Amino acid sequence: MALPPYASTGQRVWHYTFRVICGLIFFFLIAPIVVVIPLSFNSQDFFTFTKEMLSFDPAGYSLKHYRDFFGNPDWQDALWNSVKIAPAATLLSVSLGTLAAIGLSQPHVPARRAIMATLISPMIVPLIISAAGMYFFYSRIGLAGTYWGVVLAHAALGIPFVIITVTATLVGFDRSLTRAAANMGADPVTTFFRVQMPLILPGVISGALFAFITSFDEVVVVIFVGSAKQQTLPWQMFTGLREQISPTILAVATILVVISIALLTTVELLRRRSERLRGMSPG
Amino acid sequence: MAETASDDGFVVFDRVQKSYDGETLVVKDLNLSVAKGEFLTMLGPSGSGKTTCLMMLAGFETATHGDIRLGGQPINNIPPHKRGIGMVFQNYALFPHMTIAENLAFPLEVRKIGKSDREAKIKRALDMVEMGDFGGRRPAQLSGGQQQRIALARALVFEPELVLMDEPLGALDKQLREKMQFEITHLAHNLGITTVYVTHDQTEALTMSDNVAVFDDGRIQQLAPPDLLYEKPENSFVAQFIGENNTLEGVVTEISGDTCVVRLDDGEELDATPINVSNVGDRTTVSIRPERVEYNKERLQKGAHTLKAEVLEFIYMGDIFRTRLRVAGNDEFIIKTRNAPDVERLKPGQQIEIGWLPQDCRALDA
Repeated sequence: MALPPYASTGQRVWHYTFRVICGLIFFFLIAPIVVVIPLSFNSQDFFTFTKEMLSFDPAGYSLKHYRDFFGNPDWQDALWNSVKIAPAATLLSVSLGTLAAIGLSQPHVPARRAIMATLISPMIVPLIISAAGMYFFYSRIGLAGTYWGVVLAHAALGIPFVIITVTATLVGFDRSLTRAAANMGADPVTTFFRVQMPLILPGVISGALFAFITSFDEVVVVIFVGSAKQQTLPWQMFTGLREQISPTILAVATILVVISIALLTTVELLRRRSERLRGMSPG
Repeated sequence: MAETASDDGFVVFDRVQKSYDGETLVVKDLNLSVAKGEFLTMLGPSGSGKTTCLMMLAGFETATHGDIRLGGQPINNIPPHKRGIGMVFQNYALFPHMTIAENLAFPLEVRKIGKSDREAKIKRALDMVEMGDFGGRRPAQLSGGQQQRIALARALVFEPELVLMDEPLGALDKQLREKMQFEITHLAHNLGITTVYVTHDQTEALTMSDNVAVFDDGRIQQLAPPDLLYEKPENSFVAQFIGENNTLEGVVTEISGDTCVVRLDDGEELDATPINVSNVGDRTTVSIRPERVEYNKERLQKGAHTLKAEVLEFIYMGDIFRTRLRVAGNDEFIIKTRNAPDVERLKPGQQIEIGWLPQDCRALDA
């Protein structure tokens, strides 16, 4: 946005200050992630830039930490655990969260706000408190240290994201569409899958993405609720930091960042494509 | 007044009441019978209960009390998707993620109608609304008028015997609306389907319907064919709501058979037909249509009472002259005169005498 010719000195000063502030915020957010990427190609076992790296000497770079990640059974087990847990937790979050959002968008449901607040609380309550609570509760009912325990715990963390994104799409959802479907003879289940679901799909997908990343990134709850058998990637990274201090963590971090970016891009492209197909936004 | 519902109607509302909050009744004691093939319009101001009645018939609202019958069967306990009623929604409610053809296929697919049969029906329905070439488009690519046609085709494609329409023309411009009024009426009559149409537009109600039910305050104020509704309103609400209307207030001083004399509040007397006044001394609102007022004495009945009037405003409207008068203290008394060579053009300030045939002047409830 260009400054208008009549801008006062104060407005001019603010105009540039504002840009500097924005730049600083972006730097603060992105720098730690960007720094990790070149460091992961370090040929030494250090967390700092070596002289060779700074002078762009090819000898200063190597893929050894990536080889370590793919060759080390500890890391491979952790990866496998994450891949087993995250999709299951996502599926559970999406199914339950979508249903909850639809139910809570009906005006006749009593105590909607209270129910909504309860369901969203895992997002607000400090994670360590949720984790401790889940640990005690799951121990009592024999879920602590099991695969399903971790899946359930992660689903509980993912549900708020799904509820929020799906509720947001439901705000724009025209209820006369479901009425029209019923009027034409479709039972409620058919109406849901053929009319409502396709139209709120963008919200469901965004929610699923958030739920997936929540589970894939999560370390506190899994340490409390899981056992060695459910050691996920973030957990392994956490132990790695404390016990081994190996730059393999940086390689893993880079891989995770790349996966996240790829995931977000794919989903966004898919969403745009489906919206265009549905004629909901101008092509 | 509401007529008692007879049992032989195709659609019957029998002593139906509806309350949303358990205290105030939105629909109070509704009795209505719609014959097979009839085009009935529910007309009324917003909040009069007409849309609630339509929603109860469609099954989206439940009646608090009373029975709704369709083809002799009570339908209170039948969910909307099993009622087999077609409906055109106010905002059309076309599925945005489906093509036009898929929209029309939807009611047929849920009825498990075979593919070839389905395609034939869709083609017929689209041709019926002259949208045959639009099957592959999406709703967002159509104009409002085209979407309206598709909504109509979709409501008719599964051949329901009853079609409901909830202010379907509200979003269209005037010209298109008039064209669609005509088309919908023709389609409904040609197909022989029973139609229940909701609108707050009285012109729409008058031009389209076999019968009009005028709603106010949760009751049917009058149920009659359009001409009777306009010419013989049974109470002051209907007289006011349908068309333009002049009112004067007074007291009944004489009743003899089907004529009465009303003394207005300023002492002048006029002749009227008693409608829902029965006793001498009753307060009454007399109602007279602007085009039935005469100021040419030769056209008045001999011995008819006349009123003095002062011309306040004369508006030339092309086909008619619209004149505003002060009559018995009422500054908003309107008369309409057809533009003809022999008609006198009145001037503001002019004093005239006006009168009417007693049968055109109706003494209604106060």
